[in-house]
This record gives sequence, structure tokens and C-alpha cells, in this order.
Amino acid sequence: MGFYFPHTEDEIREMLDAIGVKSIDDLFKPIPENLRLQKELKLPQGLPEPKVEAELERLAKANVSCADSACFMGGGVYNHYVPRTVDYLLMRSEFSTAYTPYQPEASQGTLQAVFEYQTMIKELTGMEVANASMYDGGEATAEAVLMALRIPKKPEGPILISQGLHPHYQRVINTYAKHLEHEKKIVPLTSKGQIDLDALKREPSGVCLVVQHPNYFGCLEQMDEIAALIKEKGLTLVVIVCEALSLALLEPPGSFGASIVAGEGQSFGIRPGFGGPLLGFFASRMELVRKMPGRLVGETKDRDGRRGFVLTLATREQHIRRAKATSNICTNHSLMALTAGMYLSLLGKNGLAKLAKINLERAYYLRQKIEASKLLKLKYSSPVFNEMTVELGVDAEQVIEKLGSQGILPGVPLKHHYPELADCLLIAATEMNEKEQIDDLVDRLEELARKEK
Amino acid sequence: MTEEKTWRKRGSMPYEEPLIFEKSVPGQQGFQISEREPAIAAGKIIPQNLLRKTPANLPEVGEPEVVRHYSRLSTWNYSVDHGFYPLGSCTMKYNPKINEFTASLPGFANLHPETRENLTQGILELWHRLEKALAEICGMDAVTIQPCAGAQGELTGMLLFRAYFDELKQNRTKMLLPDTAHGTNPASAALAGFDVVEVETQNGLLTPELIRPHLDQTTAGLMLTNPNTLGLFETHIKKIADLVHSAGALLYMDGANLNALMGIARPGDMGVDVMQLNLHKTFSTPHGGGGPGSGPVAVKKFLEPYLPNPRVVKERENFRLDCTRPKSIGRLTGWYGNALVWIKAFTYILRMGRDGLKKASELAVLNANYLRSRLRDYYQITYPDSCMHECVFSDKGFPNEITTIDIAKRLIDYGFHPPTVYFPLVIHGALMIEPTETESKSRLEEFIDALIKIKEEASAEPELVKSAPLKTPVARLDEVAAARHPVLCWSGEEPDEK
Repeated sequence: MGFYFPHTEDEIREMLDAIGVKSIDDLFKPIPENLRLQKELKLPQGLPEPKVEAELERLAKANVSCADSACFMGGGVYNHYVPRTVDYLLMRSEFSTAYTPYQPEASQGTLQAVFEYQTMIKELTGMEVANASMYDGGEATAEAVLMALRIPKKPEGPILISQGLHPHYQRVINTYAKHLEHEKKIVPLTSKGQIDLDALKREPSGVCLVVQHPNYFGCLEQMDEIAALIKEKGLTLVVIVCEALSLALLEPPGSFGASIVAGEGQSFGIRPGFGGPLLGFFASRMELVRKMPGRLVGETKDRDGRRGFVLTLATREQHIRRAKATSNICTNHSLMALTAGMYLSLLGKNGLAKLAKINLERAYYLRQKIEASKLLKLKYSSPVFNEMTVELGVDAEQVIEKLGSQGILPGVPLKHHYPELADCLLIAATEMNEKEQIDDLVDRLEELARKEK
Repeated sequence: MTEEKTWRKRGSMPYEEPLIFEKSVPGQQGFQISEREPAIAAGKIIPQNLLRKTPANLPEVGEPEVVRHYSRLSTWNYSVDHGFYPLGSCTMKYNPKINEFTASLPGFANLHPETRENLTQGILELWHRLEKALAEICGMDAVTIQPCAGAQGELTGMLLFRAYFDELKQNRTKMLLPDTAHGTNPASAALAGFDVVEVETQNGLLTPELIRPHLDQTTAGLMLTNPNTLGLFETHIKKIADLVHSAGALLYMDGANLNALMGIARPGDMGVDVMQLNLHKTFSTPHGGGGPGSGPVAVKKFLEPYLPNPRVVKERENFRLDCTRPKSIGRLTGWYGNALVWIKAFTYILRMGRDGLKKASELAVLNANYLRSRLRDYYQITYPDSCMHECVFSDKGFPNEITTIDIAKRLIDYGFHPPTVYFPLVIHGALMIEPTETESKSRLEEFIDALIKIKEEASAEPELVKSAPLKTPVARLDEVAAARHPVLCWSGEEPDEK
């Protein structure tokens, strides 16, 4: 049949003899007879590789991906170009088929690469320490909130969450923090699409403020003002970044007094993959490192004084601290951290900054076209990086359906989470969207808006 | 064993590889998306105070050197594609290459998670079929494949318990765990707000008698692993399940060791209410040097309403996502979990089929028992009966103060990845070995020979064993110093000369 086990019948016989049993079945005697499955599993028989491949090809082709379309979708997962070099390097199975680097002497490749990744995230976020990765931006955000609750001696007051935080991330926080006593309170946005500073000012107390920048609707937040308020109120500031590329252009959250910066690193060479695996990144201040969740790679020396890398500060973690660990996370998204490391190494200091600028340029072009349009309208006037909320004058779901059949994925609808924004679309413009493509999108959106009138 | 057989003899290539930052040369360029400089003044569009004052200090390295950097680093890793990787309870089986191909198909890899359902029917069908297949393998009624890893699956299971008891308005706070439990079990239970109570095992197993004293109206459930982390089948599981249920509590099973059971016995038939399984263990998806994994959760019918949002449902020939489930514990991640990992596991299940999966479990148990019977004269075993898919030895009786860590490090010199060490905690200096079904008899023989040789060396050349590993890019590393003075990122200082 040619499966992935190499045993010959003779070898199986020899092994059974060495063990001292008659048959493989005898090895399962510890399982009580009444618990043994008396029938076959209701699954099909195995298929030869070409048939499996054909079936998976069929399923893949039944989807319309960013590669098949003019894609303007963002909302936490962005359509960026992935250099072929990244794909190629990821095929090195020395990285992909290794386990968590528990034996550092046999895992220096992964460990050094993750150490480099930690340094890059530290640089980009303007923080002092970054961990080895979390699952994705949503889970990283929930863990950031749990960590923020560990910072004060007596955490009192509600968890303040900006309305501009990704709606899915808000729900993940709910899942993770449901049983905690802390109330969750949403701080609203103004009509300009930024966090309402007056509303924040009026909050009598709080443990932490979770703010996304740029926020879910694409708007940049007034970080200076937020930083001042946080300081005044003694709140822990948690900054979430969903579009990691923005960190190459914007002043990093570390400059605005953030204690924790977490978010989604998908933009760094990771394909959308229907939402996973993505890359949760997580950074903090050094003084808080022992409260951090997740794995950390640290530098050390070997017996001969050579530099080497190990997993460290494990006393925070489940395999040592068990019920008292800072998190239950064990397997993380190491390979995605390596992907980001490869991507950031390839683009480098200037390349990443330039790419961020190209994104800004494309989005600004789109923004100007919308501002010039008589039928389309920007929902919020605040500055943006590469994404914006656009009022279509038509139900957004209908627009998506119509343009979907024309090979355009025009953006992310907002109706599901914000019924009042049923005619709005979250549109992202990246380096993948040439000017002609943007012109074409705006033309078609206008055409649909015109028909509606 | 003949020295020629080991890779160490050939060693690795004689090169050092600095940190990528140390390779940086100002002005060097790697990948360029476009030659053209964007003609835009960021300062005119974005308020000055929000713009970066200095660029992030990323390395500046040309593309060929970046490729060399990662290629060289990769040679400092041991991996399944290199050789035998017998980490206990980690199921480091061979990762079929067809899986990598199918998961990289553009229709999957480039699919945006917010794409409309009518344009994602292929992945939704796969999602639905994979959940059905896993439910059948586990003998459970419903599955969610959304958890990103085993630990997130455990947390999901614990949150399901909570949601269930909350609805019954029962205040059950206690979660029972055997002393052999993996560390994520207590951590996940605690994260969901339960008080963890450790139950001592007897002869490596749980019995109804051991559980009974802990059961009362505050007990939410018992979390066990089957086969457990000693490689033993929990023979009393059905009676334990009945007992737990009679107290109104629920039974959770950590399915990390499902590789022993496929097509042979099903947790659902043993009275298990909730379990997680690990696609990156049992279902052959690679571990990625620490993830991504995938930790689906399987439940009995009465718990299905609480599963995470959204659920994929089939209506006639179409698939859609249902988010309108009021009892759901909610969302676990930004989207739906690790879809590209599902594809690899689904490919594996299609390829293996029902007979292939059963055969995999049979041979996994055969391999473990073979190792066990061949090594038991040299390494102490605690429990005399046969094992399932893994076996645990102890360093008891080793001379010259040679301990498990020395044995593990010396194994690296013989070209093998060490087993899981010092776990489970109930065994002195545990060496927990899980060979999996994908290792050939001849590879097992080499491993057995190496372990026997190390036992001999422990008497004859103890210093040699204590100084291992000798053939790796670095010698034994100082983990204590790393934790005492944490250096967690590159600071720009020159590395010390060797």
C-alpha cells in the first residue's frame, strides 16, 4: 500500500518474537475487551497520492483567493507580496520538522532565528523585550489583557477597551476573561473615528486601556493625548497593532508609554491562509518580563565560553509552574516567527520603511479618489495608514457579492458587528494594488452607487 | 554499534554564523518590491508626532547572504527529516511531503478569512469533512477544529465545562488531575478559573477508589490523559467515567496520545465527554520548531451548543458559517484557527484511510513495545506490564552520578534527538520514549545500540558522558546563567571572543 511506515512482514514477526507475544493484537490487551472497537471506522479507504492531490486541488479551486482577484481586503489580514525567497527558505525542513527547542544544543538554528525575531519585534514596537510568538493577534490581545491584570498589586476597576479594537479581538478577550471579576467597558470613538478622549477622561477608574493603532476602521489614534491621559490616570496602556507594517512608518507604541504591545504579524511574509496560521507578536517592558506569557529565547554561553541560545525564564511557564503559570501556552507559532524574521531580514531597515511608504501612497491615492467622488464618502476624516472606512451609499454585502463575481474582493463588510455601518466597507490598499486597479475599483463602486440612486 | 553509522562522524560544515544584525552593512539592500521611490511626503498626510523619528533598526543584508544565513542556521537544527526524534507524548512521526504541497495551493494559502461564503466553499467543505472524520475516529458527536494548539484545545474544553455548569447554575470549582498530567492541563484548568486538585496515581494508573474521595458537589470534572504519560492505558476509565458522571461532574481526556488508539478504541466509547487531539502529533502535520499546531476539540452531543463560534454547517450542498449560537463560549482567535494545518491533516487522513490509520496505531505500539523489551535489561522500568505507544525509563541505577540529562546529551552525539526527559514527574529521572510508527526496525536497532553503549560508557568513561554533547555546534549550554541574567535580544555589543 506504500504508507509512511517501513515495516516488512518479516520484521514485524521478529519484533513480536522479541517482545514475546504472538500478535499485534496481544499488545492491546491492556485495553478492556468491552472498550475495543468492534467494527471498522466509518472512513473511506486510503487513496493513492495522485487521487489525494486531485481532491485537494478540487477543493482549493472552489475558493476565490487574493491571488485570483483584485484584493482590497484587510481588517487584520492583509494582501502583501511574499518574496519567493521566504517560501523557499521555509521549505527547509530542518526548521519545519523540528520540535520545540527543548534540547538547545540540537536546536541552535531555531533558537538563534527566534532570538533575532525577538530583537526585530523589540525594535519595531519600541519596547524592551519580545517573546517567541503567540498564536495570532486575537489570542495575543487576550493574553495582553490577562498580563495587564497581573501588573498592579491590586487590580481594580474595569478593563477599558477602545471601540476601535478589532471586533473579533474583543470577542477573544471575552472568551479568555469571561470568568474574571473585571468588568469590560468600551470607550467609544468620536465621529472622526478616533477614541473619544473626553469619554476616556470621564472614566473614574480602570486597570488598563486596550487601544488599537491604527484602529480597526483604519484611523490613526491620537497617541500623544492618550499617553498623557494614561499617565494621569495611572492606567496600564496596552497597544494592539493589527497591521504590523505600520510599525515601519509610525512612531512605535513604546514611545507613548505602552506597557504591552501585542498584535498580528501576518504582514511580515505570512500568507492569509484563511486566517491561520498567523503570528501573534507580544512585547513588553523588561521590568515586566516575569509576568509575560509564552516562550522566551535568551543568550547564554556553553562550557567552552561560546555564545549560544536557550529557552529561558521558564519558571513563568506551564511545564514548571503548572496551575500557577502566566499562561497555558505551550506550542506557539515558532515557524511564523521565523517567517517574519526571514521577511524582515530580506526587506531590511530601508526596504521595510519604503514598503510602508508605498502602502501609504496607494492608500492616499484611494483616499483622494474617494474624497473627489460625489457618490462615495469617507466615513471618518482622521488620518489613516493603508486602510479606510468608505460609505458606499449601497448595502456593502450586495457590493461584495456583485464585485466578487467580477474578480474583485473590494473589502471587508462591517454590518455583522456594526449594523449601523451596513453601507460601509473597510478598504485596504497595499503594494499589491496598482493605481489602475484602484481606479477600476472606484469606478465600479460608483457605478453600483449610481444604480442605487 | 559502529561509529561509521553516525552522522556526527562527518560533523557539520566548519562555519560560524553570526546574528543577522552582526552581518548588517549600512546601505546593503535585500528584497525590493519596486525600484521607484514613493513620491509622497508622509509628513503632509500624517501628523508629525505620529511619524517614526528614526527607522526601526532592522538588519541591512543582501538577499544572497540572507539565504545563506538561514540555510546555515538550519544545519544547526535536528529535525524529523534528519533522524529519529523520540520525544515522548510529542508523536514526532514523519511529516509526509504531499501535505506541504496541498497546504500551499494558492486557493488555500492566499484565501482571505473574510471572503464571502460563496467564494470559500472548498475550504468550508474541507472544514466540515475534517470535523466529521475526527469525530468518527474519537467516537464523539461533534468537533471544533478551531483551537490553535493542544493547550488552546484544553482551555476550550475547560470553558465548555464552565459554560455547561453555569447554565445548570451549579457552582463547581474543582478540577481533578492525576499527578502524571502534562503541565498544560493544570495551567488550562486554572486559566478557565478552576481550582486544581492533584490526584495521586497508583502503579501509574487512576482507579475509581483514588477518585472517589475527591468527588462532591463542587467537583467540575476530571482531566486525564489516555494512554497516560507513562504510556499506560487507563484500564479503569469506563468505571471512572461512570463514577465521575454519577457525581454530576464531567470527564475530559487529553488526546495528545491518540496515536495509540486510532481504529482500536475510541474515547467516546469510554465515557469521555470532551477531549482535544493534536493534529501536529497524531495527524502528521509538522511541528515547525514549536508550532503552528492545531488542537481540535471533540465533544458529546449535549455540549455541542457551547462550542466556539463560528460553526461550519452544511445546508443541502452548500456550506456556511453560523455565528448565531447564543450558548457558544465565543471566539478563540482572530479567525478560525490554523486552516493550513487542517489541510495537512485532512490530506493525511485521505491518504491513510481507515485501515492506514489503524495500522499506524498498531505499529506505533509495536515499535514502543519493541524498544521497551530490548532496553529493559539496561534501563530501569517502573511498571512491568506492556506499554502502549510510548515507554518510560529511569536513570536509577546509573553509576558515577550519571543522570538523565547526561544520557540525553550523549544521545545527540550518537545522532539521535533525546527523548522527553524528567517527565512525567512521578518517575525518577524519566526518559520518555515515543518512537511512532514511521521508524523502521533498523533505525530502532541503532537507537537501542546507542542507549546500551551509553550505559557502558557510564561505567567506563563517565567523564565522556558528562561532557556530552561533543559534536554539536555548541557544547552544553548554561541555562542557569541565561535565566539569572536574561539577555533576550541583541544589544549591539560585539560577542565575546571564544
